[in-house]
Amino acid sequence: MEEKKSLWQEFTKGLIRENPVLRLVLGCCATLALSTSASNAIGMGLATTFVLICSNFVISLLRNIIPDTVRIPCYIVLIAGFVSLVQMLIEAYSPALKAAMGIYLPLIVVNCIILGRAEGFANKHKVLPSIFDGLGMGLGFTLTLFVMGCIRELIGSGTILGFQIMPSSYPGIILFLLPPGGFFVFGILMAITNKIAEGKGEPVSELGCAHCPMAGCCSISVEKEKGADK
Amino acid sequence: MDFKSLLAIFLAAILTENYILNKFLGICPFLGVSKKLDTATGMSVAVIFVMVISTAVTYPIYTYVLVPNGLSYLQTVLFILIIAALVQFIETVLKKYIPTLYRALGIYLPLITTNCAVLGITMLVIDKGENYIEALVNALGAGVGFLVAMVIFAGIRERLEHNDIPKFLKGLPITLVAASLTAVSFLGFQGLVDGMLR
Repeated sequence: MEEKKSLWQEFTKGLIRENPVLRLVLGCCATLALSTSASNAIGMGLATTFVLICSNFVISLLRNIIPDTVRIPCYIVLIAGFVSLVQMLIEAYSPALKAAMGIYLPLIVVNCIILGRAEGFANKHKVLPSIFDGLGMGLGFTLTLFVMGCIRELIGSGTILGFQIMPSSYPGIILFLLPPGGFFVFGILMAITNKIAEGKGEPVSELGCAHCPMAGCCSISVEKEKGADK
Repeated sequence: MDFKSLLAIFLAAILTENYILNKFLGICPFLGVSKKLDTATGMSVAVIFVMVISTAVTYPIYTYVLVPNGLSYLQTVLFILIIAALVQFIETVLKKYIPTLYRALGIYLPLITTNCAVLGITMLVIDKGENYIEALVNALGAGVGFLVAMVIFAGIRERLEHNDIPKFLKGLPITLVAASLTAVSFLGFQGLVDGMLR
């Protein structure tokens, strides 16, 4: 029973409490770029979730085999392999989605959520919790992307998932479909999250070295630690 | 291949197709490192460096090795490997032979491996079907565009620090809203390059 409960917790923490985008501030590039419409958001979210589950699974299986010093390159190659797989699958079954995602599809490799979870979770935990962590984080990412996609699509063109929501006389604020709208909606969502976190007495989201997947081999954080020691 | 079209590619990469503000590539360093002007410049120069060198290496490998052998599906895996190896190589060379430059730029190099802007440019120039020279100019322009956005933003953020901002907007949210306004101003360049040079 205890085991089950903790797996459930690994799963749910990614959805709200440790939401990868709004709380951990990971994967901002994909979030901003693919939230122009709700359907793009779902496509990107699910592709990332798939890669995340696979990479968490394999990395946690291999966590005792991969030498610590070369772990980052190993993870990147594993992740790139899974991304190529997804790329080919999407190309075969949904060329329209591939066209919409464009360059951002191969760029899932460098989405920091995946490397971040590999470094921060999968290489320290057993296989089953890692899979659930990947699933929860992936769905949390998809959920945030979907919410952002809905907001931008609704304000930008008056539809959600292609269905007309606003009265047909609504002209649509194109700016929300353009890059500035992405930054703006992301900023406002982040502010709301911070407000809620503040109410619960939790720290506000900040882009810090703590969540950065490269922190282990980055000299900025190493120097910071040295500074702290002094 | 006249000078004019290369200049157009270069300017477009900086202004209308700015990597950060228009294509959303490299947002993490944009938000994380743009707090101070000197770190922002150091990081950006390192990015320019790596972007140009990795495009120079990946482009011929893709065109002359992968495509003729029908291996273009290996693009993602191979490119990220090449970039990671290159970054490691540059870091080692700088550390050994040019320690002053290493102290200025080297510390940002490991961060750049997983920077989506670098992988992005190497794939985008191939997607666009540009030739080798155009690809290199585009990479340089994208890097300079990165520098421009970072420097502008470092200035804005230094101002933001001293302002009275509602508590829940402090930090990232206000930074993102400011980024949105900067992106609006970059939209103003749309059509400029075409109007000027074509």
